[in-house]
Amino acid sequence: MSDIQQFIEGRLPIIWESVVQTFQMVSVSLLFSVLLGLPLGVLLILTRPGNALENRGVYQVLNVVVNIIRSIPFIILLFFILPFTKLLVGTSIGIKGAIVPLIVHAVPNIARLMESALLEVDSGVVEAYRSMGIRTRHIIWHVLLREARPSIILGLTIALITLIGGTAMAGLVGAGGLGDLAYRFGHLRYEVDVMYVTVFILILLVQCIQTIGNKLAAKYKKG
Amino acid sequence: MIKLSNVSKSFQTKKGAIQAIDDVSLEVKKGEIFGVIGYSGAGKSTLIRCVNLLEAPTSGSVVINDKEVTNLSAEELLQVRRKIGMIFQGFHLLKTANVYDNIAIPLRLTEVDKEELDKRVTKYLKIVGLEDKHDAYPGQLSGGQKQRVAIARALAQEPEILLSDEATSALDPETTESILELLLKINKELGITIMLITHEMNVIQKICDRVAVMENGKVIEQGRTVDIYARATHPTTKRFVNSTYHKELPANVLQELIQTGPVVRLSFVGESTSKPVLASVSSKFQVSPNILAGGIIQLKQETIGALVVHLNGDQEETKRAIAYLEEQGVMIEGVEVAHV
Repeated sequence: MSDIQQFIEGRLPIIWESVVQTFQMVSVSLLFSVLLGLPLGVLLILTRPGNALENRGVYQVLNVVVNIIRSIPFIILLFFILPFTKLLVGTSIGIKGAIVPLIVHAVPNIARLMESALLEVDSGVVEAYRSMGIRTRHIIWHVLLREARPSIILGLTIALITLIGGTAMAGLVGAGGLGDLAYRFGHLRYEVDVMYVTVFILILLVQCIQTIGNKLAAKYKKG
Repeated sequence: MIKLSNVSKSFQTKKGAIQAIDDVSLEVKKGEIFGVIGYSGAGKSTLIRCVNLLEAPTSGSVVINDKEVTNLSAEELLQVRRKIGMIFQGFHLLKTANVYDNIAIPLRLTEVDKEELDKRVTKYLKIVGLEDKHDAYPGQLSGGQKQRVAIARALAQEPEILLSDEATSALDPETTESILELLLKINKELGITIMLITHEMNVIQKICDRVAVMENGKVIEQGRTVDIYARATHPTTKRFVNSTYHKELPANVLQELIQTGPVVRLSFVGESTSKPVLASVSSKFQVSPNILAGGIIQLKQETIGALVVHLNGDQEETKRAIAYLEEQGVMIEGVEVAHV
């Protein structure tokens, strides 16, 4: 009993702090990467050959850039873009310093997930809307994004879970978070109980996110 | 209403240019149902897309309501398209929206106000016979019902022209029938001009006033449906016409019969239907007509009777008999072995 009490008193505040850090990193970077990644995915679709804004040059450039960033492992990207991070947020360490590489890592990922989600939309419906004299921007919003909602949500679920994985490595730039906690206590200090609790929290978190994602996607899927 | 003049469309592919439409001219008059029939790859799908500029013709002119539309600005084109409804083989409804929203969303996006919008959705769902399906999602509807929703969506824009791209090709015969009836009703009661493309002759037969036959990007024959039925000249047209008659004679039977006299196809249209011409043939000439096959085709406006008859007799007599039949207003065509 006293062991548990001791653990709760001694370690719970640290664990809680890590949870908060993880949430901060994940929420801010998710917000920004969706804001950048979703339009990028739409642009990838629209500039594809045979689509509304067909433009081989733009499509190829976007395609290559997305591929390049996606081929760099996060841990390398983290250090690779340190100068860029510093330039952007004034520091390359702590939560702020971790969020920039997290976003850079997540944006092309989300762009691809959005691209494949939008590709699933029946191009015939787009044609039908074109035939009715509907403006392209309305077609993007009311047809493409609307019809792709279930796939977009599932894609974002994947992106979110990947992002949580990314935060584990953010400890390397002193950003803290659950992954960092498990590493420091479990690996460096051999306090396995802290590691177990963090891993358990992470599992719970991922489970919840996936379940919510699936439910939301099903809700929008309809008939 | 729709006037295509010398319209051509070619596509650039890796294997070189493909001529999808080759110098097509045709006119669809106000209030009529005009059909374009052809086998797949004939270019009819591209042709109908040239009418509302979903495909821009490579050359030629497209005139809608006396207005050239091939050189319009993007904004003007939107306005023209809003007066032309279109329905498709694959229905193309929003899967994530119910029936009401499927009709309402395009109206909202074309700035129809809320009150008017509600009225129109109700009105056109009633016309297509789905007033009780407001809240259903496309996934819960049958193919025929989905096409009805698509028709209601097109009608709700209150277009003057309806383009139909193989609208019945994915449906079973019974449903096809009911959709064709609906198109006829729309044409009659709302006065909407319809241009449709199809590969099924029965669609042409049941609802089209006039028809154009396409092959390899060209219109090979066009005219009133009844004329196409009675005196098709191009082999492809004949194949389409024959597809509705179902009167194919085995080649060996035919071979044997023509030893004793010609086998002819007689088409009876209008007045000639009421005369007992075959009986007169046997009494007037040394010819005994033997009916091999026959059928009646109900066209939109007229009825056509068709008989395949073996005229048993010597050459002189059968020639005179044929001349007599032609005099009586019967349309005659020899049945050749190769074309049966």
